[in-house]
Amino acid sequence: MSTASIAQALNEQRGGFDFELAKRNAALEGAGMKVPRATKTGTTIVGMVYKDGVVLGADTRSTQGPTVADKNCQKIHYIADNIWCCGAGTAADTEFTTALISSKVELHRMATGKQPRLVTALTMLKRLLFRYQGHVGAALILGGVDCNGPALYQVYPHGSTDYLPYVTMGSGSVNAMAIFESEYKDGLTQEEAMKLVHKAVLSGIFNDLGSGSNVDLCVITREGHTLHRGYDQPNPRRFRYPGGFTYTNGTTPTLSSSFTPSRTPAAVVGGAGMEVDA
Amino acid sequence: MSISQYNGSAMIAMTGKGCVGIAADRRLGIRNMTKACDFKKVFQVNDKILVGFSGLATDLQTLEQRLRMRCNMYKLREEREISIEAFGNLVASMQYEKRFGYYFVEPVIAGLKADNSPYLMSSDIIGAQCFKDDFVVAGDTAETLFGMCESVYRPDLGPEELFEVLSQCLLSGVDRDCLAGWGATVYIMTPEGVRETHLKGRMD
Amino acid sequence: METMSRDVAAMSGYGASSAAAGPTMHQWSPYVMNSGTVMAICGKDFAVIAGDTRMSVGYQIQSRNVGKLLKVTDKAVLGTGGHCQADTLNLQKLLRARMVQYEHQNGKTPKTSAVAQLVSQMLYGRRFFPLLTKNIVAGLDEDGVGCVYTFDVVGCLERVRVACDGSAEELIQPVLDNLLERQHQQDKPKPPPLHVDLSREDVVNIVKDAFTSAGERDITTGDHVDIWVIDASGVHQEKFDLKYD
Repeated sequence: MSTASIAQALNEQRGGFDFELAKRNAALEGAGMKVPRATKTGTTIVGMVYKDGVVLGADTRSTQGPTVADKNCQKIHYIADNIWCCGAGTAADTEFTTALISSKVELHRMATGKQPRLVTALTMLKRLLFRYQGHVGAALILGGVDCNGPALYQVYPHGSTDYLPYVTMGSGSVNAMAIFESEYKDGLTQEEAMKLVHKAVLSGIFNDLGSGSNVDLCVITREGHTLHRGYDQPNPRRFRYPGGFTYTNGTTPTLSSSFTPSRTPAAVVGGAGMEVDA
Repeated sequence: MSISQYNGSAMIAMTGKGCVGIAADRRLGIRNMTKACDFKKVFQVNDKILVGFSGLATDLQTLEQRLRMRCNMYKLREEREISIEAFGNLVASMQYEKRFGYYFVEPVIAGLKADNSPYLMSSDIIGAQCFKDDFVVAGDTAETLFGMCESVYRPDLGPEELFEVLSQCLLSGVDRDCLAGWGATVYIMTPEGVRETHLKGRMD
Repeated sequence: METMSRDVAAMSGYGASSAAAGPTMHQWSPYVMNSGTVMAICGKDFAVIAGDTRMSVGYQIQSRNVGKLLKVTDKAVLGTGGHCQADTLNLQKLLRARMVQYEHQNGKTPKTSAVAQLVSQMLYGRRFFPLLTKNIVAGLDEDGVGCVYTFDVVGCLERVRVACDGSAEELIQPVLDNLLERQHQQDKPKPPPLHVDLSREDVVNIVKDAFTSAGERDITTGDHVDIWVIDASGVHQEKFDLKYD
């Protein structure tokens, strides 16, 4: 391998965005080609502060236009043991932004030896998002408990933030907010808080077409966190053709077939098994 | 016309009992003109990993070559094969790296984990991963493939049954897609190896 | 569906122009897409037609209980999917009136093929301001054999064995092809030219499975499905539940 390609390999691992294809893609778009857009998630994500902590809630549908791309995706992301984050908007942006901040927060925790604070994660998030001027399309709800007690923040894709007792975001936010606005009270117990958040997410699931499937909840208290994946599953498939549709072996017409056996696990030793090409 | 429809493609991956499979069409077109009926869209990375790319052919080949380089570098450095979990994350982060000038490619990854349990992942054009335990689809008419899989898929299929289900889903799906089809290939991976079968489908 | 809405708009001359550089132009569109799906399958002595009951605009559900089927005669049912609800209601109202007229003028109810021909004429009558409706007529023909007719938005008519129209058309059509036409299946019998070779119970179960699958993947198909079976004794109606999300 030449020095140049090793340098390139190292360069590829440097990190940060790569704009190599941006000009080509812009030219294609300028030439009248329709450029496919990334998966955006119609979503209901909510969060609420109660007496001893924070409850976050989310639906589990991800969509590409009018089609459901994933019926059971996880929209509540891990930042730290005491901080979790719900994401709405461009699916990849919410995934990678929260993963990046989670990693930075963990490094920060190791450097300082202290439990991470919400404002630390919040500031990292809003700085990143503001730097990209809304092009990183992540709408987030950041919640958790730190040395200052439970707290909940809302982060917009452009980097502005809010500090609120109850928040909703995504296409089902109005449906969920309707529930909060009519039923929220200060100082609820954990059980009451989970019930209310559950109800708010269900409101989004049933009334907003962009949201659907299951309810995920995450409860964060001073003692720790509990992620309830599939807390409620109100939309299982209800019908199948009796016995299912089956095909006997040999149904499909074929032209040719070949079999490549697995190489032995001892290939590392060298010799004939040690082919580097794929 | 959308760039993802420029060359045309259709792809399905499914899990079975101790096996996984990918089915892909073989057409390479330029808009409505068919250029080739033997275009390779699915690649075997190692004994445990199959990866298929659907979308713009030039990006498909570039991404495949870069991934192959990264996997070979990994193998030289680590003296072991890359695991499918790591490979899935590698693909997604290589895509997201180009968030603001992306490959017009939707990858589909199927394979076996270290304990030979199935692994299935798909990703959108900028690397939003989607992990499934049943099936994933990609292509210019994902709806026709989704419709077939949703009705016909059953869990815990053996390699032969999985082959039939995958084949039927792909062939019936692409028959309603003008830009995909013209032959199809099905790859079924088991711990013993990979069977590659060319299907006899409509050539129109 | 978006494409269809745009195509129809272009035909009528009310379409939004493509977003070229320059000042933003605001336009009123006479069409709104309320989505939804209908399908029909015909057998030897029966026909099954089904439509979901969700009506939506964008991400909002307007109603969970708007039927898409209309009993035209004892032997013919009209189903309308992928539609603008206002256009559907208008078409149904006019068709009902034309049925009464026909009966008064001819002293008999029209044959299913005549109903289909009439629907085609009514759609083509709006050639340059089309109704945003995708229609299927299902019923029994003169010999008591099941029949299904499909139309495009401006009335192009065809008799088929199975049909599907609307927002989940792409999801359902290949399933029907596979299960009823049995393409790509060696040594499997192919259906006769005019109808499918399955029992009534099998066909109803395939319809239920197809709609359940469509409801899983298409966000605008859901709530309930009206399944109507037409046979020599009349139209038998059944309601089947889908998901509410």
